[in-house]
Amino acid sequence: MDYHPWLPNLDYEKEMLSEIGVKSIDDLFKDVPEEIKLKRLLNIGYSKPLSEYEIYLRLLELEGKNTKLKMPPFLGGGVCPHYVPESVKFVISRSEFYTSYTPYQPEISQGLLQALFEYQSLMADLLEMEVVNSSMYEWGSALAEAVLMAYRINGRKKVVIPASTNPYHKKVLENWTYGKELKIKEIPYNNEEGRINLDIAEKEIDDGTAAVYIQQPNFFGIFETDIEEIVDFAKKKGAVTIMGTNPLSLALIKPPGEYGIDIAVGEGQELGLPLNFGGPYMGIFATRWDGKLVKQMPGRLVGLTVDSEGKRGYTLILQTREQFTRREKATSNITTNEALMAVANAVYISLLGKSGLKKLAEEIYKRSHYALYEFEKKGLGKRKFNSDFFEEFTIGFPISYDKIYENLKVKGIYGGLKISDKDAIFCVTEVHTKHMIDEMIEEVRKIVETS
Amino acid sequence: MWKQANWEEPLIHELSRNGKRKQGTIIPEEDIDVKVDIPDKIKRKNELEIPELSELEVVRHYIRLSQQNFGVDLGMMPLGSCTMKYNPKVEELAGRLVENYHPLQDEDTVQGILEMMYEMQKWLAEMTGMDECSLQIPAGAAGELTGVLMIKRYHESKNRERDEMLVADTAHGTNPASAAMSGYKVIYIKSNQEGLVDIDILKEIVSSKTAGFMLTNPNTLGLFEENILEISKIIHSVDGLLYYDGANLNGILGVARPGDMGFDIVHINLHKTFAVPHGGGGPGAGAICAKGELKDYLPYPVVNKESDKYIFKTPEKSIGKISSFHGNIGNVIRAYTYILGLGPQGISQIGKMSTLATNYLISKLKGVKGLELLAYNRPRKHEVVFSAKPLLNEKGVTAFDIAKALLDRGFYAPTIYFPGIIEEALMIEPTETEPKETLDKFIEALKEILEESYENPAKIQQTPQNTAVKRLDQVKANHPTTITPSYRVLRLREKGIIKILK
Repeated sequence: MDYHPWLPNLDYEKEMLSEIGVKSIDDLFKDVPEEIKLKRLLNIGYSKPLSEYEIYLRLLELEGKNTKLKMPPFLGGGVCPHYVPESVKFVISRSEFYTSYTPYQPEISQGLLQALFEYQSLMADLLEMEVVNSSMYEWGSALAEAVLMAYRINGRKKVVIPASTNPYHKKVLENWTYGKELKIKEIPYNNEEGRINLDIAEKEIDDGTAAVYIQQPNFFGIFETDIEEIVDFAKKKGAVTIMGTNPLSLALIKPPGEYGIDIAVGEGQELGLPLNFGGPYMGIFATRWDGKLVKQMPGRLVGLTVDSEGKRGYTLILQTREQFTRREKATSNITTNEALMAVANAVYISLLGKSGLKKLAEEIYKRSHYALYEFEKKGLGKRKFNSDFFEEFTIGFPISYDKIYENLKVKGIYGGLKISDKDAIFCVTEVHTKHMIDEMIEEVRKIVETS
Repeated sequence: MWKQANWEEPLIHELSRNGKRKQGTIIPEEDIDVKVDIPDKIKRKNELEIPELSELEVVRHYIRLSQQNFGVDLGMMPLGSCTMKYNPKVEELAGRLVENYHPLQDEDTVQGILEMMYEMQKWLAEMTGMDECSLQIPAGAAGELTGVLMIKRYHESKNRERDEMLVADTAHGTNPASAAMSGYKVIYIKSNQEGLVDIDILKEIVSSKTAGFMLTNPNTLGLFEENILEISKIIHSVDGLLYYDGANLNGILGVARPGDMGFDIVHINLHKTFAVPHGGGGPGAGAICAKGELKDYLPYPVVNKESDKYIFKTPEKSIGKISSFHGNIGNVIRAYTYILGLGPQGISQIGKMSTLATNYLISKLKGVKGLELLAYNRPRKHEVVFSAKPLLNEKGVTAFDIAKALLDRGFYAPTIYFPGIIEEALMIEPTETEPKETLDKFIEALKEILEESYENPAKIQQTPQNTAVKRLDQVKANHPTTITPSYRVLRLREKGIIKILK
């Protein structure tokens, strides 16, 4: 190989070797045992370096193998389709942000540090919590880290979560806490309302409980209404309270801070991130203004300070919690996080502003309710639970949902998430126009009425 | 002379304080007859304290901030252990393939994405000498946690009581942190005079309590653990497992494979070795790969191919999930384009060219007054760690000062004070993507700083001068009376509502 655009020194090899004083590159690997040296080309890629145009063609070819949908999917389950404004994409594709590193050298990284500080601040005001870290991987791992943090604080091993917790987060939680042998106990929900059964919650939360988790809205899209009571049970027993939240809903409903929650977690994907088939997403993690909590917080934090001339500046703070100084005593092993996604959140929140956020949340509320009402009005399905909801609703159909879903798919429409034979959770957001919702429901009608 | 922009840009909250009604984007509204009616018990009581600005104000604010930030596209970032290579721009074509697909869609609607994932699994396994990979992990540390959990389940399935995880004293901090997160006792293995794992100590410590050994090779000093085959034998002789921390893979990629060295599990940082942009510290992406029966423990899903169809599979004894969905696929595909662009011929040059660059730097810096180097005559691989201890002893100038002086010359600083076994460490990783001309400039800058430190140490101790701000007050930043992690804290403190953080 004598040239490649990403390997600028191929033609300097001789020159550099003679500067080093060796004959060949092999001499630089003389400490690698001969029997493990690779004696062949790796079997990867497409047998030669592809040009940019060829890469583009390959991507097009792959794209052609995906099903082209007529409209955004009506799928939720913790992440939902949303529109991402161009200015958000524009800002996060600035080289200075996206090719930079963790701001270990703050003087030359003020831009990113300030943007992350603004993310922390905007999120703090949405949550009404004071301390927000600059990101975890996603909601699931943020929840797992919150539970591990609770265990560090009180040393207890029982974790109480609602059965209506997002099952995908539950799986992450189970696995991440496996090494510490924590026991996860589920509180059932009331079949009528789909909300936490308070009596059982009160019984389950005991002196051995490390943490109590509440998800708002829960996996079925439903608003829990008895959060104060549950927080009260937890506080009486000295358990750490954790609330999982969809940040967009907070423009309408009580944020975790108003309940005096200890740790808030959530998914920033709702605020200006594409679906990305699973990631990158953006784990929200926040605590109250309490040293005991802040000291045990995982992840990076940016804080305000001054420079040697008294000018305002930003820097990473409380770094002694982190793995590079604390090693096995660190609050978490996390280093690479989702910083750029936090910047996207900050730009998105700033762009919508106070009124825009409220308007968007209201619009999503209206559209998701409209969809359910239309299903019911036309006799095509019935709400599964008798409670108010946001963005996602759970609906029971008169026929097997598989049939509806397969038929919709043929039409280029992707229905909701199946949770049992006849039940599904639909997600409706600002990307689903009234026309799309109507069309989807019309297709469902055809299927139901011919069955 | 290089100088960074300095806009003295206010906080976004401070740009919007006049109570005027503004919005940066229009929210689509449909004429729908639904009233928003939130039960009073859960209604938000306090108005949102979020700024209101026009689109231009928001964009200009963040563009100005970007100008006060330094990335690889602006200059060299020789951060040891971070592999800050150039991120080829073709990667930006890749996002579109996955952007609008929901992770819970059926396999049959995302065959294109699954095909890409399948190829990536195959290629990453081939490059590391493993049998199978899962793309579940969002970053390297999550990969370590995964690997350690796999080790745990593996021993449990064999009814072995193992509670010790061995870690080299040169290891990244993530290794012991990941082991501890999984409930293991961490035992450090000291390095010998040469900066390599001390085999005699290892032999003494290894026992029927040993679950495994976490190692990077090349290690964080940039040295290849030449006794790796013996190390592997020692660990395997007590039925322990060998874990490969892929943070340093760049130094041997295409030259030797962890699988051939005897490693059982490997994690790969796609944002290091495979050029996914670091994004200011994230998002990254990764893979966790395993050999032999360990592959049955990989986190699910793993993509398989069955008669022309790609499907998700759960390995037989899978430990479960690490991410809620499929991992950071939006970044995995960026790494995919990078591999396509290099091809087998290009990939086989990575280890060689990054090693060439490191040793070129060493030869130019050997014998420079103020620095010293452990195991002088051993070739380094992807990185090298110099010690600035002579300079500190003679002139009181620290590795920290050198780092700041480099910023003033338009270079990002190397990683400093790591690994802990080297005093006043400067950990330099040039990568294969920096042209020789840039390496020469960097060498010149470093030499200049060292000379200046002898002539006028105070001048170096007052750097940086050319960055957006000067040295920052870390005490104020961290002190319980002044610590300010959000604008909310600033506001509430001014009102006397919140006090000291205790």
